[in-house]
Amino acid sequence: MKNSDKEMQLLKEEIYKMWELVLSQLEKAKQAFMNNDVDLALEIITLERRVNAFELKVDSNCENYIALFSPVAIDLRLVLSAQKIGIFLERIGDLAAGVARHITDRDKSRMDEQLKEGLDLENLFDTLLHMLSDCFVQFRTESTHAYRKILAKEEIVNAIYEKSFLRTADYLKANPEEIPYGLKAILLIHRLERIGDYCSNIVEETVFYVKAKVLKHKGKTE
Amino acid sequence: MEDSVLKLKDFNAFFGENKVLKNINLDIEERKVWTILGPSGCGKTTLIRCINRMHEMTPGAHTSGQIFLKEKDIFGINPVLLRRKIGMVFQRPNPFPTMSIAHNVLAGYSLNGIKLSKNERNEIVETSLKDAALWDEVKDKLSQKGTFLSGGQQQRLCIARTLAMKPEVLLLDEATSALDPVSTAKIEELIFQLKNQYTILMVTHNMQQAARVSDKTAFLFLGELIEYNDTKEIFTNPRHKKTQDYITGRFG
Repeated sequence: MKNSDKEMQLLKEEIYKMWELVLSQLEKAKQAFMNNDVDLALEIITLERRVNAFELKVDSNCENYIALFSPVAIDLRLVLSAQKIGIFLERIGDLAAGVARHITDRDKSRMDEQLKEGLDLENLFDTLLHMLSDCFVQFRTESTHAYRKILAKEEIVNAIYEKSFLRTADYLKANPEEIPYGLKAILLIHRLERIGDYCSNIVEETVFYVKAKVLKHKGKTE
Repeated sequence: MEDSVLKLKDFNAFFGENKVLKNINLDIEERKVWTILGPSGCGKTTLIRCINRMHEMTPGAHTSGQIFLKEKDIFGINPVLLRRKIGMVFQRPNPFPTMSIAHNVLAGYSLNGIKLSKNERNEIVETSLKDAALWDEVKDKLSQKGTFLSGGQQQRLCIARTLAMKPEVLLLDEATSALDPVSTAKIEELIFQLKNQYTILMVTHNMQQAARVSDKTAFLFLGELIEYNDTKEIFTNPRHKKTQDYITGRFG
């Protein structure tokens, strides 16, 4: 294997490891939230530093590759995409840590299962996990034939997000003493919706890398 | 193509029985810089040597198909006249060693027996050296031999010698491959300036140079024109896998 190919492989592997860590952070965020697991939430917060370190490493690997190997065509697109995907993954990691802080901050005794179920949050977490893992497969296999299906999942995320306002409002009308918690719940759902946006951004970057096709600002499933 | 200055139509070139260029069709627009890229032996140099009819000077070499210079078939033009219209600069600077800088610039005229007045000579020397971005460096030593100049200056002198004949097309065959990065940068800057007046067709192995300098890039492989497009497209999204493999260094 040529030196430039080895460096490219290292760059890819760094992104893979970061992706796996962020996926695991999101999976843990789901478990911690669904099971009110404060210990798991604390673990997520601790591991956030590793996600940040990966972002710096990916950044520096991309910079070095451009400086040393003057990539063109698919190699150039990979480096440009990898740098952006690194940023998006770091933000997803931040948002997962935000979910974890939501769990550690609140008083466990006031947790309301009725609201949690009403908001369809398990479905929301699962959709996001599918989006993030499916686009990881796309990136690793350099195969983007399913990108429209992944982008379409953002519709599910958006639908849950939209409904969550009405459901939270109804819940708070019936339980006005829960207003402080209700407002935090809205913030939590907003964080999860942002994760959906970042997953879509990652899909767009992967399509740019593999097919040289720009999807950004063009309507998600065109 | 309306603005086409050079047009190759179903063009083939041979060394004896060996076909080295296969059915090339290409339109070169006026005042653009084109780069021909491709691995060694793909026919790049042969292609530009065909364009000013140097290929046929090799024993056993012949061609078929047509090349038009502004709609005139070049094979109907006297080769000596053609080479005034289509100038060529080679890999290694080759100023005439016994001639002064000024005489080198005027060599095309003197070797063709074209008489010039003193004023005309002075004007051609100054204009050509200015166009080749060499005037400021040599204006006080025009009577010195060209071989006293540095490699980069000698190459610009050769470009000045070619420009002195007011060609329509300039062919550069790896014209910077024997030069250091500073001289290379000067020639690249010069190419950028010259495209306002000339159509330039260059062969290079330096892909970054092709990317920096040319408007259009053509990729040749085993004598076939695989693809050509805007340089930006070739270096960001080549259509053909062979082109991608070559420019990303994964060839073979």
